[in-house]
Amino acid sequence: MRLLRSGGQLLFMLLLTLVGGVVPVSAQSPADTTFLSILGEMREASYSDKATIAERLSQTGHPSVRAVLTALLEDRLYFRNSDQKIFIAKMADVDPLSLIDPLTLKAAGSAPADGFTLIGTNNGLRSTLRETVAHFSLSSPDASVRLDAVQEMAKSLDEPTVALLRQRLAVETNSSVKKGISTALALAALDGSDQKARLDAIATLSQSVSQDVRNRLALLIDKSADGTYAESDEKVRSAAAAAVATIDHWRSFYSGIETLFFGLSLGSVLVLIAIGLAITFGVMGVINMAHGEMMMLGAYTTYVVQMVMPEHIGISILAAIPAAFIVAGLAGVVMERTIIRFLYGRPLETLLATFGVSLILQQAVRSIFSANNRSVVTPDWMSGSLRLNDALTITYNRLYIVIFTLLVFSLILLVLKRTRLGLDIRAVSQNRTMAKAMGIRTEWVDAMTFGLGSGIAGVAGVALSQLTNVGPNLGQSYIIDSFLVVVFGGVGNLWGSLIGGMSMGIVNNLLEPFTGAVLAKIFVLIGIILFIQVRPRGLFPQTGRAADDK
Amino acid sequence: MSSGDEQEPGLWQRTTLVARGGGGRFDRGAIWFLAVLAAVAFAVPVLNQVVPVSSAFHLSPFGITLIGKYLCYGMLALAVDLIWGYCGILSLGHAAFFSLGGYAMGMYLMRQIGTRGVYGDPILPDFMVFLNYKSLPWFWHGFNHFSMALLMMVLAPGLLALVFGWFAFRSRVTGVYLSIITQALTYALMLAFFRNDMGLGGNNGFTDFKDILGFDLHSDLTHVVLLVVTIVMLAASYLACRAIVISRAGRVVLAVRDAESRTRFLGYPVESYKLWLFVFSAIIAGIAGALYVPQIGIINPSEFSPINSIEAVIWVAVGGRGTLYGAIAGAIVVNYAKTYLTGAFPEIWLYALGALFVLVTLFLPRGIIGLVSARGKEK
Repeated sequence: MRLLRSGGQLLFMLLLTLVGGVVPVSAQSPADTTFLSILGEMREASYSDKATIAERLSQTGHPSVRAVLTALLEDRLYFRNSDQKIFIAKMADVDPLSLIDPLTLKAAGSAPADGFTLIGTNNGLRSTLRETVAHFSLSSPDASVRLDAVQEMAKSLDEPTVALLRQRLAVETNSSVKKGISTALALAALDGSDQKARLDAIATLSQSVSQDVRNRLALLIDKSADGTYAESDEKVRSAAAAAVATIDHWRSFYSGIETLFFGLSLGSVLVLIAIGLAITFGVMGVINMAHGEMMMLGAYTTYVVQMVMPEHIGISILAAIPAAFIVAGLAGVVMERTIIRFLYGRPLETLLATFGVSLILQQAVRSIFSANNRSVVTPDWMSGSLRLNDALTITYNRLYIVIFTLLVFSLILLVLKRTRLGLDIRAVSQNRTMAKAMGIRTEWVDAMTFGLGSGIAGVAGVALSQLTNVGPNLGQSYIIDSFLVVVFGGVGNLWGSLIGGMSMGIVNNLLEPFTGAVLAKIFVLIGIILFIQVRPRGLFPQTGRAADDK
Repeated sequence: MSSGDEQEPGLWQRTTLVARGGGGRFDRGAIWFLAVLAAVAFAVPVLNQVVPVSSAFHLSPFGITLIGKYLCYGMLALAVDLIWGYCGILSLGHAAFFSLGGYAMGMYLMRQIGTRGVYGDPILPDFMVFLNYKSLPWFWHGFNHFSMALLMMVLAPGLLALVFGWFAFRSRVTGVYLSIITQALTYALMLAFFRNDMGLGGNNGFTDFKDILGFDLHSDLTHVVLLVVTIVMLAASYLACRAIVISRAGRVVLAVRDAESRTRFLGYPVESYKLWLFVFSAIIAGIAGALYVPQIGIINPSEFSPINSIEAVIWVAVGGRGTLYGAIAGAIVVNYAKTYLTGAFPEIWLYALGALFVLVTLFLPRGIIGLVSARGKEK
């Protein structure tokens, strides 16, 4: 039946195209056509008719319904006088109007406002519309849309809204939406007069962790200036006090988790910038002052990759990871072959030479890209946040950096422990002469190790490009931190760097609320200086014969 | 990987010979160095005060400041060379001692401004009025006396070095670990001094000084005198360092550098030798900083930045470590090159500086002095 009807519509459209040749064939589905034709009726309808039209619009279930009705509600729905076509304006009362196509919800240019007529509303219509929108959102197949709608409705609970929510609760299947609705209903029940219902409501609300709910409950236990309570019912008051205490307890628990997570994400950045160094410095014993500049190269690679593919920002960041690894890795190999290999066994002199390299790289970047910072666009999938509950929200970029760091770390571990190259690297770092005697090409291993460490630094640069400005000084600002992480964790021990970096990040974030960012950092630095006095070889010192030579 | 320093006896033996070659008498390099210093001390007042402004040989005030700056850096390089070249302790935090000395002098100079500041407060420096301080913080008391500045520019870096070194050497923190934590130290101090709550001028630091001991800091004559004082202090610290390295204690210090464990087993208190040498080096750096501030006219927290410490190490490497006067020469040469290149070729000076460091470490492990003395021997 459905097939037949849509087939018919298709035929109809085909005919129209043949006859008139003017129907826009730009991929309009039958649903779109119906939607547009109902929307078209809006233009000349009376206020009461508009309410019915809105109702019919919402019954189409078209994805644009919410946007169109909200626009109507906020006086942002216009039609063009010249061709009667309906548009949404991005903002009300701004001339020229920046237009949005109601069907695709994509920007459709801007035009002076005098060529358009506003589709008006009045108070009565607006309240009906609000209900329609809420109703529509409540029946959306997307649970997060429903949850948003519930939370929006909880802010202004009147009779019809409560009725609507009750109705929805009966059929709702998603647990978090269900919880949201019962919280909203409980909030409404608080205002009632039945003591039992109110106590039940408080019991329900005490399971919430939302700030709004807490504030609402706190109102019940407020004492006014003359010493009388705003709430006269003793039982309700004590129940509310207990509920507030419970909510506060959970909120502080979640904020603790949040601090921990922030610390982890800061620590992940530290680990990420230190892993490459843990290889070049830790495994090879080379103090690479140009390590920061390798990260800078990685960050600039990200910028260039984005320049090359401006249409695909979302993928470009993924494409930049191998690109940055190759660019920085090659730079590392060249550096090792031309400079560092002459300086093995003289760690303090490599420091000077690599510092010279870092100056050259900084200036090279200044010459090519200018001294100004370059902006790297954050792709959409990295912005936004993951809302776990009312008290705990985790931003995606922090989450991704933690995951990314762990990924890179396990990859390095895998390379070092499970591949031929890793075996060679470990052999050379433990006993160069013996490794050579066993037929390992130590020179080649040196170059590869240095390339690997530098490449990882480049990959870290990709991550940094999302967190900070990409400029010639990017490397300098991270170099000290990365050295500290490696030294704190124990030179030559990757796990040390991981645990060292993470704990530095967490301690920093735990201190921050009490001391402020700068003092927290100073305390961490002093803490590490003192720690080194107690354990001069870091958290996980190397043991055995190799340790004596370090 | 195997330890660096013990793997290159050739280099160390030779530098040891350089030091020993002097013995009680002065070697040729030292005599040359002192003679040049004396010549500068004589020439600068003449060229600035006697030669008329119109003459091509007149030394501008800018020139005096520049020479003064180079010589202060030379003193810092001397301090670094004393512990790096002779004791093998690579400090990447000497800028901290330099800046502490500078801040001690800066605090005195700030108190000297008195009512001539923008806000005209007789006691509080401008930045304190600006930040709503009601009274002078406790550590500012006494800085209206020059003697307090003299005391603190020795005491502040000296005590910091004593405490830091006592902890570090007692725990046997050596090599790169020590380098990294000295770097952390100066970094932490930089962050601390950037804070307005420190009561030390925040990120603006101290500037706009008026006079020192009643002499106008804007007059050429004061600058000439300051420069001569710097030269005298530089010569004095050079002689002091030289006296230390050729003394019996100096021999032990060399032994610590070349074979620390062996020296310890022979019964020498290695930690004490390292500690006192470190403290002495920090004091020289502090005095250098104190001389630097009135001549340059500004001190701010960026002086603490770890990069400055690394640069000081590089001056020493370029000049030739383990020679003392070589370090001073390195500081002057590198800084002159920096001044010249930033002015003449702002685009390429970092390339040139970077290449210089790479080439010196690769081809001139003993620095400019090594090159010169090798030439001398060939002849």
